[in-house]
Amino acid sequence: MKSKFQPDKNGYFGQFGGAFIPELLYPNVKELEDNYIQIIESEEFQKEYKSLLKDYVGRPTPLYLAKRLSQKYGAHIYLKREDLNHTGAHKVNNTVGQILIAKKLGKTKIIAETGAGQHGVATATVCALMGLDCTVFMGEKDIERQAPNVARMKMLGAKVVAATSGSKTLKDATNEAIRYWIQNPETFYLIGSVVGPHPHPDMVARLQAIISEEMKWQLKEKTGKENPDTIIACVGGGSNAAGAFYHYFDDEEVELIAVEAAGLGVSSGESAATSQLGEVGIIHGSKTILMQDDYGQIVEPYSISAGLDYPGVGPLHAYLYESKRAKFMNATDQEALTAAYELTKIEGIIPALETAHALAVLPKMDLTKDQVVVINLSGRGDKDLEIYIKHLEA
Amino acid sequence: MKALNTLLEEKNNLLSIYFTCGFPKLEDTTTVITELEKSGVDFIEVGLPYSDPLADGPTIQDSSQKALQNGVNLDVVFEQLMTIKTTNRTPLVLMGYLNQMLKYGEDKFCQKVVECGIETLIIPDLPMVEYENHYQQLFDKYGLTNVFLITPNTEEDRIKKIDAYTKAFIYVVASSSITGAKGEISKEQIAYFERIKNMHLQSKLIVGFGISDKTTFDTACNYATGAIIGSAFIRYLAANGVSKIKDFIAPIIS
Repeated sequence: MKSKFQPDKNGYFGQFGGAFIPELLYPNVKELEDNYIQIIESEEFQKEYKSLLKDYVGRPTPLYLAKRLSQKYGAHIYLKREDLNHTGAHKVNNTVGQILIAKKLGKTKIIAETGAGQHGVATATVCALMGLDCTVFMGEKDIERQAPNVARMKMLGAKVVAATSGSKTLKDATNEAIRYWIQNPETFYLIGSVVGPHPHPDMVARLQAIISEEMKWQLKEKTGKENPDTIIACVGGGSNAAGAFYHYFDDEEVELIAVEAAGLGVSSGESAATSQLGEVGIIHGSKTILMQDDYGQIVEPYSISAGLDYPGVGPLHAYLYESKRAKFMNATDQEALTAAYELTKIEGIIPALETAHALAVLPKMDLTKDQVVVINLSGRGDKDLEIYIKHLEA
Repeated sequence: MKALNTLLEEKNNLLSIYFTCGFPKLEDTTTVITELEKSGVDFIEVGLPYSDPLADGPTIQDSSQKALQNGVNLDVVFEQLMTIKTTNRTPLVLMGYLNQMLKYGEDKFCQKVVECGIETLIIPDLPMVEYENHYQQLFDKYGLTNVFLITPNTEEDRIKKIDAYTKAFIYVVASSSITGAKGEISKEQIAYFERIKNMHLQSKLIVGFGISDKTTFDTACNYATGAIIGSAFIRYLAANGVSKIKDFIAPIIS
């Protein structure tokens, strides 16, 4: 039986999704739509993809029982260690998969958008691996804020193009990538999250699904049961959450918790909690929940974490929210920082700022001592050291 | 206001100008329309400024941002258009992005558009499948017409389908680009225009994207009923304001 969390033939999850693209992009998107499932399900792809994930990325990533964290919060808390992937986050699961799809489609030029630079680095990495031409669009402001990742991308051979339009952040980098794609239809747009026109959200979700695929057998080994009681993941566009939830959508007894960035507070005017502040709208070719003003102009979000600083959310997540399959919570900058320092101190793991938002909801939950909780530890915090040091001193 | 379809039937070499509402100044919307009419422009594409215009190049992005900073919004635009409803005789085509209509309320939007005497819409991010499943019915209810775009990469079968849906004109996007492409019209573009012309479609063709001056306008008109100039006019407005619009138009239609 097909899950209702799979898109229909027009790319809809409930009322969300679709492909709201200018006619100029129609052939590009159609080519991908006609081929992506067949490619992903082919034996050849699966063999290459799994082999690269194992030997190049370092999968399976451990499912680690965080004993001291568990003790503190009175539950069995497991961390799915996506931070231990090559390049330091879950992003590479997707880029490895998409680069194989691009090659299969005969594409030699790759473009991508990036916010904090994690997806840009993961894309530049696989392009270096495959010897493909790579151009990454990054907001001018983010280029200033994330200098080490810009340098990494360049060292990996990628060209980094500053997006100078609009608010000069992730949303605008995505706009610029799409505009470049219109003008260079022979390129492959390697999108970094479960956003964009159909089939991008579904394709990225399928490539991140490896996270929950591993969780199932790892939990079975460790606890005797495939299913935890609760899974927690942070959500910007939503790719790590999509991957961590994927194989549990239809297991309704598993509680799914998506954590958004509240910034300075949901009602502060400086927030990225899209589900709380957004309304139905269209962004980057997809109908979803979106932060916008009364006239449909897209509003710039705010979060301390550049990876959660996105005014929309993937259409799958909009549907998870509307259908109440997932519970949406949020954490402020300060709560995320506190959670990051805590994990560092009691488990010796420095999480990415994005991931810290997922950890930050633990104190707000009514946990029971037998409850099995998995937190998707989506990335490591090396890239955020500057912010961590600054706030530690403050 | 004269009906666009009558114009498309009666005349060739139609010059259409795109402009951004509320640019360079908030109150310029009606002045621009009036001046364009006086200058002899055949029909006008009224651009609704949007924060994230995916199909637009830097010139229209900048004019849109400026207009939004000036305080323009849909209610303001509709009010401005109402003030010239009885005096303006030049057909207007409204161009905006789908999210603007969605947020405003689809029915309310259509109703206001009709009240302003406009019957033609260009929504670049409205795909054909959504038109078929929903918007065709909505627009029909209000007597509105949607303009579809075709590009050098649009397949023949799809062009034929678009032709069948078209009640005003087909917007022939001159190259695989966003708005504001520069330079001359290439041999490949000519071959593409010829290919479309030779399909002998029932719809009138209007060329846009990359049309900037008399030369490119005349070339486009050899293969179509007319052409649209956008970014070049916006650049002119940014530099010269609204008082010398005639000086931009006169050389093109001479």
